[in-house]
Amino acid sequence: MTAITRAEVEHLARLARLQLTDDELDHYAGQLDVILQSVARVSEVAAEDIPPTSHPIPVQNVFRDDVARPGLDRSAVAAGAPAWEDDRFRVPRILDEE
Amino acid sequence: MTTMEGDLTRQSATVLADAMAQGEVSAEEVTRAHLDRISEVDGDVHAFLHVLSDEAVEVARGVDRRRAAGERLGPLAGVPLALKDVLTMSGVPTTCGSRVLEGWRPPYDSTVVERLRAADVVILGKTNMDEFAMGSSTEHSAYGPTRNPWDLERIPGGSGGGSSAAIAAFEAPLAIGTDTGGSIRQPAAVTGTVGVKPTYGGVSRYGLVALASSLDQAGPCARTVMDAALLHAAIAGHDPRDSTSIDAPVPDVVAAARKADIRGVRIGLIKELGGEGYQAGVSQRFDEAVEVLTDLGAEVVEVSCPNFEYALAAYYLILPSEASSNLARFDGMRYGLRVGDDGDRSVEQVMALTREAGFGAEVKRRIMIGTYALSSGYYDAYYGQAQKVRTLITRDFAAAFEQADVLISPTAPTTAFKIGEKVDDPLAMYLNDVATIPVNLAGNAAMSLPVGLAPEDGLPVGMQVIAPAMADDRLYLVGAALERALVDRWGHLLIEEAPDL
Repeated sequence: MTAITRAEVEHLARLARLQLTDDELDHYAGQLDVILQSVARVSEVAAEDIPPTSHPIPVQNVFRDDVARPGLDRSAVAAGAPAWEDDRFRVPRILDEE
Repeated sequence: MTTMEGDLTRQSATVLADAMAQGEVSAEEVTRAHLDRISEVDGDVHAFLHVLSDEAVEVARGVDRRRAAGERLGPLAGVPLALKDVLTMSGVPTTCGSRVLEGWRPPYDSTVVERLRAADVVILGKTNMDEFAMGSSTEHSAYGPTRNPWDLERIPGGSGGGSSAAIAAFEAPLAIGTDTGGSIRQPAAVTGTVGVKPTYGGVSRYGLVALASSLDQAGPCARTVMDAALLHAAIAGHDPRDSTSIDAPVPDVVAAARKADIRGVRIGLIKELGGEGYQAGVSQRFDEAVEVLTDLGAEVVEVSCPNFEYALAAYYLILPSEASSNLARFDGMRYGLRVGDDGDRSVEQVMALTREAGFGAEVKRRIMIGTYALSSGYYDAYYGQAQKVRTLITRDFAAAFEQADVLISPTAPTTAFKIGEKVDDPLAMYLNDVATIPVNLAGNAAMSLPVGLAPEDGLPVGMQVIAPAMADDRLYLVGAALERALVDRWGHLLIEEAPDL
């Protein structure tokens, strides 16, 4: 039984913003299937009444004093940007044609 | 000037720090000796992605000047260190072993780096790693694999193979690693060195590029237990910039390493981590070390952690889920690589092209697994169920710690394997961390230290010592006692048996 099909992997890649090639899709589809079937073992554990753990050390909301502190150096941030224009990050258009 | 020169790189951090404090050798000489060693052997080992030659000498000179002026310096002042390339250091390339961050120079220091600077540690450079710390061999680095100094055909462990190889190759006496599922401990085991994953929250994650936020923890790598303790003490402690940082005093790990007396300590042998699936020489050296612990006056009992059987499966759902969320930040907009921005393509297309070009195979696999596990319809069966298993594993630990002060197991099921052997077989690769993963799920502290060479291949074997959260000092108590007994037996540290490079 397969846990995941090639078409599903293609859909996942799109959700994850990965423009995979056809070869990659073929390759990963088999591997992801093996991995998912293996990790599905968690379902063998009877854990209906067990609370989930999201974090190893339970922490409540952590607050700091509301005091202004300096942010990152602007020119250093700009130097690391892939594109910078007019003192801002330059990004591609956000809407598709259709 | 000194009687030590010539073999400065063979000395422990403790010995070097002492010699510098006594004025027998300068920090500049110590730093230059290590930089020379790096030029000499790193072509073969490839532990470093970036070496800070001039900057390191400059820092060392500053330490010498301040010492000459009579300033009182910390216990690691002037000692060189190799920094895993997943921690930011202002103005210094930080790639995480990925093309997506090639050439990026972070505009800030991680808290770990800030504390290293405050301790006057001399950072020599950034070490190689599996891309975004996903791997157990350092083969998933976009910049080529690191090689194990014991055998250059073999892996140095991962993800922190650069850090473990750097100290095993005598390129640095200390290194920083990070451990999400074993990335400090397994590299330590396969290189015959010492590595510690502190209690989750014990060392600040600020400036540590996140893989899985509920599992990641930075910690010390060294050739001796005492060196690891000194480094642990230097980097640990509460940091308001990391909201998961524990606001409590750091356990006195240095005092514990000094005490090294385990008479009456209860040690629990984890039944489920050993036996079938473990290499014969690994089991043999581990069993012998257990006898040594008994001889030293510890009380060894067997404990059972039945849910550990499901730890690997739970981990490979929780980690990819967190990783797929964390790595969403690599979208080609604010830092790092951007591909296909031709003025016509949309942000979404540019993002997908950038991530396709910037990420390697293992990163893509895990992002997709995580995306799957978190998608509606699968969430409860996968991620939700894995979180419940996580609770059961934590309860197994709690029950075991009722019977024992620390727990032990082999660190890894095998010695170092050959480069290329498992690189395209994800499940085989994941199995390397079967003994280390439960600790990250529960947030405990754990150490790996060398216990001998497997007779069949002459490669190092590590023992894992596990302590409850915030009882990190017990690792050093037990580790230092065992190390002392083994060194007495061998006449030297295990690492001294590594072949010349």
